[in-house]
Amino acid sequence: MSRISQAFAGHKAFIPFVTCGDPDLETTGRIVRAMEEAGADLIELGIPFSDPTAEGPVIQAANVRALSGGVTTDKIFEFVKDLRSDVKVPLVFMTYANVVFSYGTERFVKRCVEVGIDGIILPDVPFEEKEEFAPICRANGIDFISLIAPTSEDRIAMIASEAEGFLYIVSSLGVTGTRSEIKTDISAIVEQVRKSAKVPCAVGFGISTPEQAARMAAVSDGAIVGSAIVRIIGEHGREAATYVKDFVKSMTDALK
Amino acid sequence: MDSKSKGRFGVHGGQYIPETLMNAVIELEKAYDHYKNDPDFNRELTKLLNEYAGRPSLLYYAEKMTKDLGGAKIYLKREDLNHTGSHKINNVLGQALLAKKMGKTRLIAETGAGQHGVATATAAALMGMECVVFMGEEDTKRQALNVYRMRLLGAEVIPVKTGTATLKDAVSEAMREWTRRIDDTHYCLGSVMGPHPFPTIVRDFQAVISKEIKEQMLELEGRLPDAVMACVGGGSNAIGTFYNFINDPSVRLIGCEAAGRGIDTFETAATLNTGKLGIFHGMKSYFCQDEYGQIAPVYSISAGLDYPGIGPEHAYLHDIGRAEYVAITDEEAVQAFEYLSRTEGIIPAIESAHAVAHAIKIAPSMDPDQIIVVTISGRGDKDVAAIARYRGEDIYE
Repeated sequence: MSRISQAFAGHKAFIPFVTCGDPDLETTGRIVRAMEEAGADLIELGIPFSDPTAEGPVIQAANVRALSGGVTTDKIFEFVKDLRSDVKVPLVFMTYANVVFSYGTERFVKRCVEVGIDGIILPDVPFEEKEEFAPICRANGIDFISLIAPTSEDRIAMIASEAEGFLYIVSSLGVTGTRSEIKTDISAIVEQVRKSAKVPCAVGFGISTPEQAARMAAVSDGAIVGSAIVRIIGEHGREAATYVKDFVKSMTDALK
Repeated sequence: MDSKSKGRFGVHGGQYIPETLMNAVIELEKAYDHYKNDPDFNRELTKLLNEYAGRPSLLYYAEKMTKDLGGAKIYLKREDLNHTGSHKINNVLGQALLAKKMGKTRLIAETGAGQHGVATATAAALMGMECVVFMGEEDTKRQALNVYRMRLLGAEVIPVKTGTATLKDAVSEAMREWTRRIDDTHYCLGSVMGPHPFPTIVRDFQAVISKEIKEQMLELEGRLPDAVMACVGGGSNAIGTFYNFINDPSVRLIGCEAAGRGIDTFETAATLNTGKLGIFHGMKSYFCQDEYGQIAPVYSISAGLDYPGIGPEHAYLHDIGRAEYVAITDEEAVQAFEYLSRTEGIIPAIESAHAVAHAIKIAPSMDPDQIIVVTISGRGDKDVAAIARYRGEDIYE
């Protein structure tokens, strides 16, 4: 079992997201440590991309802030290496295909291993295109994490049966961002997923309150929160770590 | 390349999109595979193209231009004479009809210069469908007339403020909107780009351009042309111009990219001359980008060519050396815009003027018994105010 799958062992996992370099890597470092202290089970680190087509306005703005602050893929690798001197929680990169491809997929994955990354999520690489990335990840012990959407329907079994690490269930149509209500029948999707998947599944997109997180985790193996955290960072900038810590604490408490 | 990946042109193409959209593109592919060979569908589309859009478009012998340049004989393929003023209508009528057959009631589209947006709004009005067009805020300013035209046709125009507020951002926003609302909505993509099956569908609907050129040329000259050329942004009018000549090796295929202020500057949109292989907007192809794969903020005077990528089939034709891609600067395009207006009394779109500029460059060194065909992809009325401003004259639109 990979480190990522272990993060779900025996309890519901809480998975927060942060964009690296928003507004600078020093702040991101404080935020990641605050998340770990607040009980995060796995942390998603976003590598910013100029044109993040799966993101809503909140994370788009974080990408702009990070890139205009001068962050690069190489600086992020150095940053993760430094984090790993004390951060123990599994870390996964969330970025776009071109960031990995342009770096050289093999070179990118080998750097991931060197600095201590456990998995990669590429929202613009569906099942049909994953053979370009997944085997290289597998050969290096990195989990290539797949997504399932409310529209996946007949594709669920196919995706779930090849899933690694954990399955990311997209709660709603549309891009990332908070929603007042999640209308998708998540339990029906999870039921189908569990028939084929050997790995746990967590629900993300649109979750902003501890109540929503608890409800989503109750029917799956965990909850993922991005935009709600990124909004706090947008609001408090370099001072955000303490606010993020309180927020993540409220989430992990709700999942206990 | 793995066999699961579809829609490849060499290494290019594919379907690099969020899982949320996969069933939508699979459904689109199935519907297209069915209707493309359906006699009723084709009869209906041909009727629309002929009776509504005004096809076939003229293949016009530009005699004055030919004599003035003193070389190859120049023909102009007049896509500017189509209803709505550009080649965009060819693809839009096909996709709108397909969407309607699929039971969709709403069309969304991106637009750069506004030509594709206008064409989509037109088809939506004709077919009684709802229409929303995403347009970079920068472009809504450059092409204010087309924005009003779309509203007049009953479409909602949403200015996109993210990124560089141009065509690429309009595509991103249209893709985001499609992931929000799939059930009743068809994304009417305007160029030979994006995820499979769009590059193939749009090419097939635009291939009518080269089909007609071939027929008209054989009738007028009894032979094939020596070269066909067209401007390239995403590349839909160019692939339409090339497609039926790809297997005729004697015909040179020339795509004219927008060099902006020059391919040695950062203010350029010449993808094949300055870009490298990448993955963006659903496809693998060449893109203007930095060393970390961040997409470059491209520039061209032409809103329709102001795009950092190029369709995957063009990338492939470039790789195998079947087509040539040249870069034309703003200044060269503006001069060609003025030249064609004065010489032939035809005001071309500033996009199309990039192809005219290249004809002006190469025709004089060719023999008088050689023939080149330049596709005039659209009419230039929309550009008049911008060209006046370029020449230092501030006029009201």
